[in-house]
Amino acid sequence: MSAIYKRELRGYFTNPIGYVFIAVLLFFEGMQFYTVLASGSSAYFTTIYSAIFTWCMMLIPVLTMRLLSEDKKQKTDQALLTAPVSLGGLVFGKFLAAFTVYAIVILFTLIPAFIVSFLAVPAWGEIFGNILGSLLYGGATIAIGLFISSLTDSQMIAAIASFAVSILLIVFGQIASLFGSAWLTSLVSNISFYERYYSFTTGVCDFSSVVFFLSVIGVFNYLTVTMLEKKRWS
Amino acid sequence: MIEVNHLTKRYGSNIAVNDISFSVKEGEIVGFLGPNGAGKSTTMNILTGYLSASEGTAEIGGYNILEEPNEAKKQIGYLPELPPLYMDMTVKEYLNFMYDLKKVELPRKEHIDEICRLVKITNVYTRLIRNLSKGYRQRVGIAQALLGNPGVLILDEPTVGLDPNQIIEIRNLIRQLGKHHTVILSSHILSEVQAVCERVIIIDKGQIIADGTPDSLSHSLSSDHRLLVRVAGPAAEVEKLLRRLPKVVAVGNLGEREPGVCEYSVEAEQGADPRRAMFERLAERGWPILALRSTDLTLEEVFISLTNGTYAAGQKLKKSNREVNA
Repeated sequence: MSAIYKRELRGYFTNPIGYVFIAVLLFFEGMQFYTVLASGSSAYFTTIYSAIFTWCMMLIPVLTMRLLSEDKKQKTDQALLTAPVSLGGLVFGKFLAAFTVYAIVILFTLIPAFIVSFLAVPAWGEIFGNILGSLLYGGATIAIGLFISSLTDSQMIAAIASFAVSILLIVFGQIASLFGSAWLTSLVSNISFYERYYSFTTGVCDFSSVVFFLSVIGVFNYLTVTMLEKKRWS
Repeated sequence: MIEVNHLTKRYGSNIAVNDISFSVKEGEIVGFLGPNGAGKSTTMNILTGYLSASEGTAEIGGYNILEEPNEAKKQIGYLPELPPLYMDMTVKEYLNFMYDLKKVELPRKEHIDEICRLVKITNVYTRLIRNLSKGYRQRVGIAQALLGNPGVLILDEPTVGLDPNQIIEIRNLIRQLGKHHTVILSSHILSEVQAVCERVIIIDKGQIIADGTPDSLSHSLSSDHRLLVRVAGPAAEVEKLLRRLPKVVAVGNLGEREPGVCEYSVEAEQGADPRRAMFERLAERGWPILALRSTDLTLEEVFISLTNGTYAAGQKLKKSNREVNA
């Protein structure tokens, strides 16, 4: 697993994807931070993280689109699948590599908070709640993107499909109330990433949301392993 | 070293590999021959654990590829038809990655250096794979297969797309590797299999249709086993001498091919080989043998005969016989 993790992580930085992903997100974060500062609410970081949520959901497919589809297309999957490595190790190595790049961005978002801490007292509870929430929904989105990447050998299709799923997960919360049935509204709200993430923005560590995101990560990594296994048998 | 029992692979209603069984001993170099879509690559992919069989078992070094995949995979070095190379890596980075991926326990630097020297890629060690020629990429593919010094090498069309000089170099390399590894090699190129392999398995429509040494296949599938010999010497006396050779049943003079040189057809009893006696007797009389060949089918004819029906091979045989009888 560590060999695959290192190879994938290195792969993000031997082509522009890793740099572009980090740079674009930090650029947007800087812009949002400037807007917040300009409005006079210097310690109101939840606004920044809420914006980052949307951008991350949009940009994570860029990280995940190539993870397995590229191997299929270039036939390098033959090296991976014929090596003495378990499918679980292979999938988790790739997941961790994408998650590491994403975590780098999220940890960089602490820089404005440290700067502000020289001038005022930031709401550290909210900030760390946001960071924990961001890491969790990011991990869940990466796991979904990785699964979609295992379905196709086209990076473009993987990116577009992941992007569509991300948008769906963002808007679920907003469209939940449109459903007539109460249980359907409740169901859609409960699987909405934003609704789940929202509880962290107040600095509260909602255990059910932690379990929800970890379950999504586990389930989709498992589904990816199953897809690779199915390919062997099909 | 390799035991394959009743292996079957189905893709829906299509049967790619149909109940094949064979075993390969340690140190053998076995050639997989077959037309496109015959099931060669599928069989190789099952042996390496890339695909799972619908039925049957495959064991590598005593480990079942399905039940103990990691142990079985450690015994195998695999070069697929398209070498699985990461173009954004240098040869050094790639081989180190594959070393880690295969969990090799040999001393890293010495082992990788040794393989690079063996496959002659030391001079491109620090170059990006993307910038290498097809021949060097193929060598890097072979190098990754050799990592961990596996007992079995499975090479799927290792010389495809190479120029003639590179083909000869890779063939020599495979022969060299065959001294220390069990090798399974698939190819369309019959001369390659004949040049490199001690044993040939011919697959067609997912089934094994022939298994043996190239010579034994040629001999067993030939309808007649005659020798054609050109001798410089007096025709009548040479013919008389040939008739007197032990176990020779028929001799025919096929005519003068060069001034003072006639070609004769010599037919011996089943299983008899009159070549040594022929050489000795003719040498004693000072009549040199200028050419000697068998009318056994070539491997190409065997292949055509087995995979393409008997028509094409029959045509070749008829042509060959016409030449003999002319």
